[in-house]
Amino acid sequence: MDTALLVEKSILILILFALSLGIAAYQTYFERKVAAWMQDRIGPNNAGPFGLLQPLADGGKLFFKEDFVPANADKFLFMIAPGIAMTVSLLTSVVIPWGPDIVAFGRTISLQVTDINIGILFIMGITSIGVYGIMIGGWASNNKYSLYSAIRASSQMISYELAMGLSVITVVLMGGSLSLREIVEAQHGFNWNIWYQPVGFIVFFVCSVAECNRAPFDMAECESELITGYHTEYGAMKMGFFLFAEYVNLFIASTVISCLYLGGYNFPGMDYFEGNLLSVISILVLFTKIVLVIFTFMWIRWTLPRFRYDQLMGLGWKKLIPIALINMVITAVVIAFTRGWFN
Amino acid sequence: MESLSNRKKEVSNKEMTFLESIYLPAVFSGMSKTLKHAFRKPVTIRYPDEQREFAPVYRGMHVLKRDEQGRENCTACGLCAVACPAEAITMTAAERKKGEEHLYREEKYASSYEINMLRCIFCGLCEEACPKEAVFLTDRIVPTNFERDTFVYGKDKLVEDVDNRVDITKRQNTGKRGNK
Repeated sequence: MDTALLVEKSILILILFALSLGIAAYQTYFERKVAAWMQDRIGPNNAGPFGLLQPLADGGKLFFKEDFVPANADKFLFMIAPGIAMTVSLLTSVVIPWGPDIVAFGRTISLQVTDINIGILFIMGITSIGVYGIMIGGWASNNKYSLYSAIRASSQMISYELAMGLSVITVVLMGGSLSLREIVEAQHGFNWNIWYQPVGFIVFFVCSVAECNRAPFDMAECESELITGYHTEYGAMKMGFFLFAEYVNLFIASTVISCLYLGGYNFPGMDYFEGNLLSVISILVLFTKIVLVIFTFMWIRWTLPRFRYDQLMGLGWKKLIPIALINMVITAVVIAFTRGWFN
Repeated sequence: MESLSNRKKEVSNKEMTFLESIYLPAVFSGMSKTLKHAFRKPVTIRYPDEQREFAPVYRGMHVLKRDEQGRENCTACGLCAVACPAEAITMTAAERKKGEEHLYREEKYASSYEINMLRCIFCGLCEEACPKEAVFLTDRIVPTNFERDTFVYGKDKLVEDVDNRVDITKRQNTGKRGNK
């Protein structure tokens, strides 16, 4: 195998790994700041300038806490569950196209770890494995609240994955490919999917909120009913892993939304630039979109109260799935007409 | 019946309309509300670094004033104790001896003067009752403590220091009692 390719991909993977963790850490800070702004407060401001060292302080605190395993817990599963959650959430970033190719050291470097031709399926598959982390964590804790929460979380994720999949199909129809790179490239310039698929976008967005287990769909945590749910019995860095995995998931979900609906790294007027300059601007554009989507996630979290469990299931099965289905059929028919498949 | 606050709302269990049942309009109106709050000035302050200013009429810990020559104003007449609705004030009167003229302004003084800060409701009636301008409420806070008996403040804590006078003008010159 080409050594240079190996080096190039390893460096990219390392960067992505560090980036995901760094962004996840700073999301905790950002979340607290956003919450503070919306509640007319100031928020963390003592650790470092503007409280910017707060995530480090939080992480350090988690490291120095006692690593406790309850007596009646299934020790092996209890240990492995946060690992599953973390691994799975970090895996999805490999298929995301972070920008157009860069030319450096006489090579064309692709800013995507691997362009597998079923990229979006890969993401859907991996995120549904994520439910195992929660399920195993809740089961192994041997605590009724944890188990309740795990059951709720898994049923919620499974229900919302259906509507999510249906709205992804429309995007696949628009782009004509399952590869994320091709889906993004089909949205060249300002030709974004959100203009053609506003309904699909809303369905996908709502489902992403549910997949990330965030308010108003935080059935998995339910502070008021289930005492924070599946990580009730967890402490120290094991709980840190769960929280981190959640934030990495949020980052990935925002990235996927940006790629599928908000044009990925495309921006209006991108034809005036070329070469590495275009790549750099594109990466910045993609990250701006990601940050905006993350902000929207947090904005929703600090606005809405939690759904009741039956309302949640009703919304998922009786509203979102029919809407997504109708949307899919209409899209398919329109595309068939415009491409002249009925003639 | 008409409600007192005029903000009574009848609860209804009617079916949600289509717009309500897809939640989105309500979600957007809620989000615009939170966004508006995001740009407001925070109502909290960085507490240990900054301290919120007291209202000028704040009624806090009492002080027993001295006059310009450093003599205690209080003559132990007991009017403050009579006026006190919480019965927090008690005192013992004593006669001024020869050679004590630099300590007490008039012939009679309070040899002990105690206010129980746990009983006190900081209403300021003692201050109103005092004919000698001796007792005043200030903008100082009664510090916390774990022991109950430490809250009975004697003259050692109440009488102001000769060299370190307590400023009471802010409260006295505010509101309708001002410029008396």
